[in-house]
Amino acid sequence: MPKITKIFKNQIFIPVAALLLLAVFNLICDPSFFKITLGYNSAGNPVLSGYLITILDYGSELAILAIGMTLVTAASGGQDISVGSAIAIAGSVMLRMLCGSNSRAETLQMPIIAAFLIACVVAMLFGAFNGVLVAYFKIQPMVATLILYTAGRSIAAWINNNELPIVNDVSFTYFGGFIPGIPIPTPFFIALACMLIIALVLKFTTLGLYTQAVGINESSARLNGLNPKFVKFLSFVILGICVAVAALIKVSRLSTINYSVIAKDIEMDAILAVALGGNALSGGKFNMTASIIGAYVIQFLTTTLYKFNVQSDALSAYKAVVVIILVVMSAPTVRKKMSDLAKKFNSGKTAKEVA
Amino acid sequence: MKRKILAVIMAMTMVLGLTACGAAETSGGSDGLIKVGIINNDPNESGYRTANDKDMREKFTEANGYDASFAYSLKNDEQITAAQQFIQDGVDYLLLSAADTAGWDSVLKDAKDAGTKVILFDRTIDADPSLYEASIVSDMEKEGETAVNWLKSQNLSEYKIIHIQGVMGSAAQKGRSGAVDAAVASDGWTIVTQQTAEWNAEKAQQIVQSVIDSGESFNVVYAENDDMAKGAVAALDKANISHGVGGDVIIMGFDCNKWALEELLKQNWNYDGQCNPFQASYIHDIIQKLEKGETLSEKTIIMDEKGFDATTITQEDVDKYGI
Repeated sequence: MPKITKIFKNQIFIPVAALLLLAVFNLICDPSFFKITLGYNSAGNPVLSGYLITILDYGSELAILAIGMTLVTAASGGQDISVGSAIAIAGSVMLRMLCGSNSRAETLQMPIIAAFLIACVVAMLFGAFNGVLVAYFKIQPMVATLILYTAGRSIAAWINNNELPIVNDVSFTYFGGFIPGIPIPTPFFIALACMLIIALVLKFTTLGLYTQAVGINESSARLNGLNPKFVKFLSFVILGICVAVAALIKVSRLSTINYSVIAKDIEMDAILAVALGGNALSGGKFNMTASIIGAYVIQFLTTTLYKFNVQSDALSAYKAVVVIILVVMSAPTVRKKMSDLAKKFNSGKTAKEVA
Repeated sequence: MKRKILAVIMAMTMVLGLTACGAAETSGGSDGLIKVGIINNDPNESGYRTANDKDMREKFTEANGYDASFAYSLKNDEQITAAQQFIQDGVDYLLLSAADTAGWDSVLKDAKDAGTKVILFDRTIDADPSLYEASIVSDMEKEGETAVNWLKSQNLSEYKIIHIQGVMGSAAQKGRSGAVDAAVASDGWTIVTQQTAEWNAEKAQQIVQSVIDSGESFNVVYAENDDMAKGAVAALDKANISHGVGGDVIIMGFDCNKWALEELLKQNWNYDGQCNPFQASYIHDIIQKLEKGETLSEKTIIMDEKGFDATTITQEDVDKYGI
């Protein structure tokens, strides 16, 4: 088997190639992009800064969401477009728990971990709501999640009576910033923990296998004794947990929330991460690592565009270009052409060696 | 069977959706009361809108002699439908904060024919002035000029500005950006970056983070609302860049949210420009005048708006002007 063909065929090729492309582009345009400096923040603790750190920092929420979105995509063959609204709900619940009824409470009303767990439960419930609609009522995922997409931000505002709570406790900022003494942004560690957990789950349980089986062919999965409905349902609940974790990071960054703009359009980025990872959006086989790299590639792209002072309302246009390239690249005809080309190149080389 | 259940659920969600958004709530009984129909944007949109809606609800009560109905939408066509509904219901006054400037001519003509008087608040529209009685608006250009004049009075040796804009094309963005652009042209200020964060704190944080990462120096953050200023400050805090009174970077915001004025009081920020959401008392005065048959001296009423400096702001200001 020729090596080059193998590389082209490997799913992880697409996001890694995109990452390299962006890295090379930045290296040529301005090598200082890769500079990382160690400084001290206002509390006197060491922090690393630089574009690369920014990418690791801000790409983390997306990477966490990409984990859940990959499972949903693989199992149900559709996408959840309500994650942005669900983040607003989970964040709102968290702040409501931390601040109580007084939106400017000086002290925390309960430990952060308790508030986070409650937000987790709420996010899982909303995930379950989507899951029931998709798995048991067989509604198209995009249509089913459209309900929460529309209503979610109003629900989030209602949870806090339309007030904008502000958390004054400094320890709450650690989750979206830095833990004193550790110079790497905390969101990256949270993302790492999520990746580790999902890696262990996929390795030691049958979740991955079942999800792919359901996604590839639902009825044959059922005939083999799996419960496709439950697998789909479960994938939405897992996405709910991811949403709660992402919400923790998001609200911690600013210690407050704005219902109408928090995590705006993040669902599109999460879906793009899954697509960039080379996963079929129609479900079936998936590659988790590729999705996660895809998420960081998107943040890499965003940060690069900000660096070059591209108007931020034009960012989505650039992302659209990426989507177009991706869709074309992953089209069966193009892929076949590419592997044919690689084969030709390879056989030419071996022929030469023989001669 | 399954299909039926599905159909029922879909129907229910649709009905719920209808009641949740759009539909106007009407309160009955209009004996001797002035009937007003109030069309506003969604109160969840921003702190400004929440304060604005609260102010309207507190003013137009039965105790003050009004029978008020409210309709909310961020969409122009839904607002127009609500307006038609109010005109059919025979309201005396139609109070309108339009989502979009265009498309109001025909419905306002209907209002005129039906004898409904129209008063615009907060936002103007592109329609013939004869179609409405008065408009009570903020002068966004003036807000920008007040802020820029304040910045000029700081007499910095050089001005290197990060300019974070609102949603491009909105009245607030145009007015507040215009003043900065003019000063840049006339006073030789430097714009380090000029980006829209679309009123979004997260985007503002990323924009400022990007400037910090690039190593460029700056000494002013001019954010066109408080949320974006907060995002900018979060990025500065992360990178240990001092800000506020006596700090390296001057922070400017707009809208006078209560929490933002508190930041001023703590001297973490330097300036906050007011965007007055309290139009209800102005409207009340106009309606009283019209009811007595008086004519209005001017059609467009521009509200007083202040700018607060961190070195002079007091707790009273925070309580009085914070929204």
